[in-house]
Amino acid sequence: MDIKLNTQEKVSPMTTCAGCPIGLVARTVLNSVEGPVVVTGATGCMEVTSTIYPNTSWKVPYIHSVFANAGATISGIETAWRAMAKKGKVQVEENPRFIAFAGDGGSYDIGLQALSGALERGHDFLYVVYDNEGYMNTGHQRSGATPIGSNTETTPAGKESIGKAVRRKDLMQIVVAHRPAYAATANIGFLSDFERKVKKALATKGPTFILVFSPCVPLWKYQESQTINIARLGTETNFWPLYEYEEGKYKLNYRPKKKIPVEEFYKTQGRFKHLFKREDKEEIFANIQKINDQEWQRVLELCGENIVGKDK
Amino acid sequence: MATKRTTEKKVALTGGFAVGEALRQINPDVMAVYPITPQTPIVEAFAKKVADGLADTEIIKVESEHSAMSACIGASASGARVMTASSSQGIMYMMEVIPVAAAMHLPIVMVVANRAISGTINIHNDHSDAMAMRDFGWVQIFSESVQEAYDDVFLSLKLAEKVSLPVAPNLDGFFITHTVENMTLLSDETVKKFVGEYQPKNYLFNFSEPVTFGPLTLPDSYMDIREELYQTMKKVPETFREITREFAEISGREYDFVEKYKLEGAEKVIVAMGSIAGTIKEAIDNLEKKGIKVGLLKIKMFRPFPYKEVAEALREAKDVVVMDKNLSMGAKQVLEGDVFQAVGDKKKIRSVVYGLGGRDVFVKEIEELIGG
Repeated sequence: MDIKLNTQEKVSPMTTCAGCPIGLVARTVLNSVEGPVVVTGATGCMEVTSTIYPNTSWKVPYIHSVFANAGATISGIETAWRAMAKKGKVQVEENPRFIAFAGDGGSYDIGLQALSGALERGHDFLYVVYDNEGYMNTGHQRSGATPIGSNTETTPAGKESIGKAVRRKDLMQIVVAHRPAYAATANIGFLSDFERKVKKALATKGPTFILVFSPCVPLWKYQESQTINIARLGTETNFWPLYEYEEGKYKLNYRPKKKIPVEEFYKTQGRFKHLFKREDKEEIFANIQKINDQEWQRVLELCGENIVGKDK
Repeated sequence: MATKRTTEKKVALTGGFAVGEALRQINPDVMAVYPITPQTPIVEAFAKKVADGLADTEIIKVESEHSAMSACIGASASGARVMTASSSQGIMYMMEVIPVAAAMHLPIVMVVANRAISGTINIHNDHSDAMAMRDFGWVQIFSESVQEAYDDVFLSLKLAEKVSLPVAPNLDGFFITHTVENMTLLSDETVKKFVGEYQPKNYLFNFSEPVTFGPLTLPDSYMDIREELYQTMKKVPETFREITREFAEISGREYDFVEKYKLEGAEKVIVAMGSIAGTIKEAIDNLEKKGIKVGLLKIKMFRPFPYKEVAEALREAKDVVVMDKNLSMGAKQVLEGDVFQAVGDKKKIRSVVYGLGGRDVFVKEIEELIGG
């Protein structure tokens, strides 16, 4: 990968766990911004690890309000700019970008309504979800983004439980149903692709959205050094397809060279360890693979690549 | 003074329309609103004025009250002049972010058209919504009439921006919002001069001095920050008095933390706030004709509570009836408790809860309450 480090960082390192990629998410997004930017963050890991009073990691204007309202907060900020520009109270040529960061809890679940409202009203902003598939800040509980079979604090695995019993929701499709100006999935393990999408979103007027796959060491339970490898394996197993939506059209951004069973992705993480010890392991993974295939097939269809035969 | 008021206009308006007119005259940068009865006439009246080009405020038609206050916070932190309006369930729904506005010292003005809180739903008036938001650093003032509700919008905005705190002017749902009264409008020019331009201190659009709003505050800092907010509230009365003085000069209408009606020398006193004050004044006049002397102490500024003024005003009173338009479960009533804190156990205080969910209170009932 050809990644040049920007020496004029707009956000300093955060007090995250070792191996956490959310600092990289913030840096990748902000370093793609040219000119002024205003950032809002929902309550969550990125917020608590970047704003411990009296310190702040943010070298750009930043506001955190509560958990559920990143979409509404950025709506207010963006509208304030338009209102004040109209009245000559701000320098119109500064033309700032407006960015909201939220985790999966703050987007799939408690903040979904605020996100939906902001998308529908057509504000000019970029909304970035760092999706680590659960509530980590509170100690690893399930969210709407947690995949089936995950052992979490609120879906503990046991004799009568495989962990989370139901599949995750498809936030990308919920967002696309609002017909945003631009929407994309991304993966912290595919940094150039992520960066390209951020630049694309920032250059697009209207509501834009990026859903970034961001592994979490404490919940997913893996070695700190493996974050990028595991993130990449998510896409290689079609567990996390990379695709984008623009002007009514979808585009697939990455097609794995060969089909790898999703079990290979599950194998790398302690949150799924219990599944491999179960007697009905084969049945469980057959079901998980079926869900994975269905979801991948749907993405292929949306992207006009409905050729299952080409999957080796 | 008289010449300044030559452009004033005498009209008959509902409270909702009058507040909508005040909003047009202020022409805030941003409003974020979600419909709820009985707040809707305010927002409808204002939205029509914007549609007709009489104001150019950006109105964010949010998808909930939680987002209404959240968007107000984002816009106000950006440096914009921001206002909104709500009621009842709307206040409850945005309750999570109400303390955030105060903690960030954002001068948001939220007009509250007071309405009962659901359990069994009721769209009519009482003060339960205002009571629910009383402890978080919002200044709360109450109006008695359409005129006062209109004037309170200007007082609130100026106060908010001077003390860097959010302010909620309260007007009783239906009794004021939907009731037509004779009142006097200020001229646009007078309003413009009175409210001036908002100059934010710390704000998001100051790109050369970036600030972080809403940091994570741990036990080593949180309590100090709460204390700082508490101290800021203490500065409100002095500023309010300056502003009401200035307002009296342009309008001829004088306001204070409390209003005293026939209070001088009265041993029997009613303490209340909001539109009931009008009914009480009539009852007092009737009783006076019968030779029974009763006074009214109307609370205008509810938070911060004017303990000193209340204590002074009740100095000669022996029989004090405190009227609460909310029912605090499992405790003494809110206003009753506040008055008790002001005067101690030196007075006989009787508590009356009235008018919940819009139940009418008649002049005769007030007379019976205190005239016996």
